[in-house]
Amino acid sequence: MTFNHKHIIGIKDLTPEELTFILDTSISFKEINRRDIKKVPTLRGKTIINLFFEASTRTRTSFEIAGKRLSADTINISASGSSVVKGETLEDTAKNIEAMNPDAIVMRHNASGACEYLAKRLDCAIINAGDGMHEHPSQALLDAYTIREAKGKIEGLTVAIIGDITHSRVVRSNIYCLTKLGAKVRVAGPGTMLPPGIERLGCEAYKNIDDAIKGSDVVMMLRIQRERQGAPLIPSVREYSKFFGLTHARMKLAKEDAIVMHPGPINRGVELPTSIADGPQNVILDQVENGVAVRMALLYLACGGEKLQD
Amino acid sequence: MAAEKIEILDLDGITRAITRIAHEVLEKNKGIKDLVIVGIRTGGAYLATQLQKKISEIEGQVVPLGNIDVTMYRDDFGSRSDLSVGQTDIRFSPSGQKVILVDDVLFTGRTIRAAMDALMDLGRPTNIQLAILIDRGHRELPIRPDYIGRNLPTARNEQIEVDFDDQNEAQAVHLIRA
Repeated sequence: MTFNHKHIIGIKDLTPEELTFILDTSISFKEINRRDIKKVPTLRGKTIINLFFEASTRTRTSFEIAGKRLSADTINISASGSSVVKGETLEDTAKNIEAMNPDAIVMRHNASGACEYLAKRLDCAIINAGDGMHEHPSQALLDAYTIREAKGKIEGLTVAIIGDITHSRVVRSNIYCLTKLGAKVRVAGPGTMLPPGIERLGCEAYKNIDDAIKGSDVVMMLRIQRERQGAPLIPSVREYSKFFGLTHARMKLAKEDAIVMHPGPINRGVELPTSIADGPQNVILDQVENGVAVRMALLYLACGGEKLQD
Repeated sequence: MAAEKIEILDLDGITRAITRIAHEVLEKNKGIKDLVIVGIRTGGAYLATQLQKKISEIEGQVVPLGNIDVTMYRDDFGSRSDLSVGQTDIRFSPSGQKVILVDDVLFTGRTIRAAMDALMDLGRPTNIQLAILIDRGHRELPIRPDYIGRNLPTARNEQIEVDFDDQNEAQAVHLIRA
């Protein structure tokens, strides 16, 4: 199959066939990650720049490992130690980086739409590693991969996503991705974290976590992002945990073979207790492992072949 | 003018070629000790299965079989429009093994180069031997097969087509002349 996207900005831009193709491609890369020699020469001679304007350990490391295992040269730039603190604009920073001829820029930025803005102005491939409250496509793809691996399929499943729905780009990308692949998505969170009209994205919204979890195949807990909020949206972490934290009693409402997911980093004892985070139903570390394979597939598809459009 | 399609091998011809190659492999390697078979996806993998069956049948013992996908090792990555990647499935270490690498058609030799590099990343084989159903010439690299089903000098613009049935067994080989 051909893949004619040079940039990976959001799941919204991808068709169900393209999403499935990315997931299928990821299977081949996962096999490499379990070898003794975890490296293939596919992107030899390509340069990939990780440009991170927000703190990130998991995603940045995952993209860096993905690039290195494909034999690309990966360079990390974080905003704190760069010319950004000296007052340079995003466009100038990016154009200066582009002048050094990288093949792809993997970017995380706190402004929604920053990746699309750059994609329109730069010639190299742009891969979105999370932009503001917009999208986080590689996270949604690794979630879909993990669900498909655990359940054997995505179509027909019910996925409950619990937490701060308003501020989460993970939710937005996951709603697009999972509904395109035929799953039913439910979201639930405190009223202050549940944006009106979220149903227009194709999901069902619940104010009560129990209703959302009832009969679900997948329970995805989101991190409370204390750093992304201005005024506090919840009275206290303890209260949030009581009403919107996952418990064993709540897990009993889900299907017996339901899996528990979390994009990390976990606030243990807030979103879910240690006994569930480390329990038999969790696939949280599988998500991390699969993240590398999915990101290898994204870099491979964005940097490879002849592009006919986009 | 419509493309001309000439039959090179029929089912019997293919079966005889595989049987002969199986005997040649056993003769050269003096049996199946430390012998493994690896097919290059997709045509070579199908033929490797047939060769494995034949060798195991003659020796009364199963020879390990794996498939290798060479997409990630190709040298024309930037100019390909089809980006599909197949899966490598080798459940043994090739280290210390004599590997019979199997492909359907040998042409420029670039696929074989890629396959050898892919194999070397999985371990250090004692040696690699190459078994080919059709050798059509036009090598661009110093690569030579050890076992050949049929030598077939071709023009560059001609094509070789190996037909497989739904059981993935080779049925016929055709030369297509544009």
